[in-house]
Amino acid sequence: MADLTWFTPGTHITVRGLRKSFGGNPVYVGFDIDLPKGRIVSVFGPNGCGKSTFINMVAGLLPFDGGEILFEGKTIRETRIGYVFQNYREALFPWQRALDNIHYPLKLMGVPRAERNRRIEELVAGFDLKFDLHRYPYELSGGQQQTVSIMRSLVIEPEVLFLDEPFSALDYEMTLIMRDQLQKVLIARGTTAVLVSHDLEEAIYLADKLLLLTRRPSRIAEFLDIPLPRPRSPATLTDTEFVRIKAHALEVFQTAVRGS
Amino acid sequence: MELRPAKARLAQGHAERLGILGTGLHVDAAWRRWMLMSVGPLALFAIWYVAHEQAWVTQRLLPSPVRTLQSIWTNMTQGGMGEDFLRTLWRTLQSFGIAAVFGVPLGIVVGANAKIYRSIEFLVDFFRSTPATAMFPLFMILFGLGDFAKIAIAAFAAWLVILFNVAYGVMNARQTRILAARVMGASRLRIFRDVLFYECLPQTFVGLRTAVSLALVVIVVAEMFIGGDDGLGKRIIDSQITFDMPQLYGTILVSGVLGYGLNLVFLTLETRLVHWAGRS
Ligand SMILES: Nc1ncnc2c1ncn2[C@@H]1O[C@H](COP(=O)(O)OP(=O)(O)OP(=O)(O)O)[C@@H](O)[C@H]1O
Ligand SMILES: [Mg+2]
Repeated sequence: MADLTWFTPGTHITVRGLRKSFGGNPVYVGFDIDLPKGRIVSVFGPNGCGKSTFINMVAGLLPFDGGEILFEGKTIRETRIGYVFQNYREALFPWQRALDNIHYPLKLMGVPRAERNRRIEELVAGFDLKFDLHRYPYELSGGQQQTVSIMRSLVIEPEVLFLDEPFSALDYEMTLIMRDQLQKVLIARGTTAVLVSHDLEEAIYLADKLLLLTRRPSRIAEFLDIPLPRPRSPATLTDTEFVRIKAHALEVFQTAVRGS
Repeated sequence: MELRPAKARLAQGHAERLGILGTGLHVDAAWRRWMLMSVGPLALFAIWYVAHEQAWVTQRLLPSPVRTLQSIWTNMTQGGMGEDFLRTLWRTLQSFGIAAVFGVPLGIVVGANAKIYRSIEFLVDFFRSTPATAMFPLFMILFGLGDFAKIAIAAFAAWLVILFNVAYGVMNARQTRILAARVMGASRLRIFRDVLFYECLPQTFVGLRTAVSLALVVIVVAEMFIGGDDGLGKRIIDSQITFDMPQLYGTILVSGVLGYGLNLVFLTLETRLVHWAGRS
C-alpha cells in the first residue's frame, strides 16, 4: 500500500482500500478516494448504499474492517473535526442553554472563559441569528436548533466538518435559509466539509465536488466537479449549467440504482 | 405516569407565576383553577355530610365530616397525632434515603453495562413484583421488631424501584448525544458526568417519586403489624381496636395529606430540576 503520509497537494482526506461489512454483508470492498482541502464535497447515492457509514467511518465514529483514512497524513485523533447530526433534537443537550451548548466543546478543549466568549462572539457575527441564545434548545424551532448544532460544531474551528443530512428534518423554507447560511459560513472559513444529502438539488447547490455512489457494495459511480460560481443563490437553481449538471447526475444515479 | 396531569398542572402554575399568561388573565385563570380544583373535595365532603345526616350508612360506621375534622384537631393538639405524623414521615424519609444512596449509583452502573443488566433483570423484576408485605415475617426474624425492621423493609422495596428506574434511564440515553460528546472529544468520564448523568435524570426522578410513595405505604403497614408504639399506622390500628371511628377516619385523612405532600414536594423538585423532561 502507498505511503499515505505523503499526500497530493490540495488533498485533505485520503481514503485507501476501505473495507466494511455488517454481519457478512459488504458495504465497502476496497474504496479509494481523495477529498480536496477547503472544499465542500456532497455525497449522494441510493438509500442504504452506505453514505452514513462512509462519513461515520471517516469521522471516526464507526470502526472499519480494513484500509486507511488520513487527514493530510494525520490520523483522525490528531484532527479537529465537527459533526452535525440529522437529528438535532437528540444531538443538543437540552439541560443546557443554547449558548452553553456552544461553549461545551471549547470547555472540553480547556479554552478559558474569556477566550471562549471572544470566539463565540466572532462566530455569532457570521450568522444572522434571529433568536436568543439564552434559550433552551426545546424552546427553539427545528431550524434554530440545527443552527445551534452547526454553531457548536464550528466554534472549535474544525479542520473538517461532517454533516449527515443536516436539513432533512426541516421544512422547505427553512432548508433554503439554512443552505445559504451554511454556504456563507463554510466559504468564509474555508473549512473542508463532507455533506451527505438525499436531495440532489441541495447536494449540487452546496458542493464543489459531488460524489455519486452506487448500490452496495458501494463504489464511486462518479466524482464530478461543480464549477458553479460562488456565492450561489436561489437563481443558481435555474442556471443552465446547474440544470445540466443535475440532469447528468440524475442519469448517473439512475444507472447506479439499476445496478452495475 | 398517573401523575402526569398533576405535573402538567404544576407546569401551568409555573407559567402563570412567571406571568407568561399576562397579568389580568393570570389572576383570573389562577382563581378559576383553584375553584375548579376544590369542586371535587367539597362535593365529597357534602356527600359525606348528607350520607351521615340521612343515615344512609349506620352513623356508628360513618361519623360526620365535622366530627372527623374535630378529632383531627384534638388529636393533633393533645392526642399526640403530630408526633405520630412526624415519626411516620421520619421513617419514610430514612428508608427513602437509604434506598436512594444505594439505588442511584448501582442503577447507573447496571444501566451502563448491558451484561450486568441482563443478568439481574429477572431478579429485579421478580422482587419488584413480590409484595413487600409478604416479606414482613422474614424481616421481623432478621431484624427484630424495632424501628430498623420497618425501615429496612421499606428501604428494600424503594431501593428496587429506584435501581430499576435509574438503570432504565441510563440505558435509554440518546445514543446521538453520547456520539456528539465523543466527537467533541469528551473522555469516557466526561461523557458519564456531562451526558449520561443528565440523560438519566428524568427517569431517576420518576423512580424517586414512586419510591417515596411506596416507602410510605410499606412504613404505614409495618407500623400496623410490626410491633411499636407510634406512627400513623399504629394509630389507625388502635382506632380500629377501640372502635374510635372519628379518629380512624381522621388518621386516614392525615396519612393522605402526608402522601400527597411528599408527592407534591417531589413533583415540584422535578419540574424545577429536570425542566427538559418530556420536551426534548
Ligand atoms: N449497525 C448496523 N448493523 C447492520 N447493518 C447496518 C448497520 N448500519 C448500517 N447497516 C447497513 O449498511 C448499509 C448502509 O447503511 P447507511 O446507513 O450507511 O446507508 P445510507 O446510505 O446512509 O442510507 P440512508 O439513505 O437511508 O441514510 C445499509 O444497507 C444498512 O442496512
Ligand atoms: Mg444515512
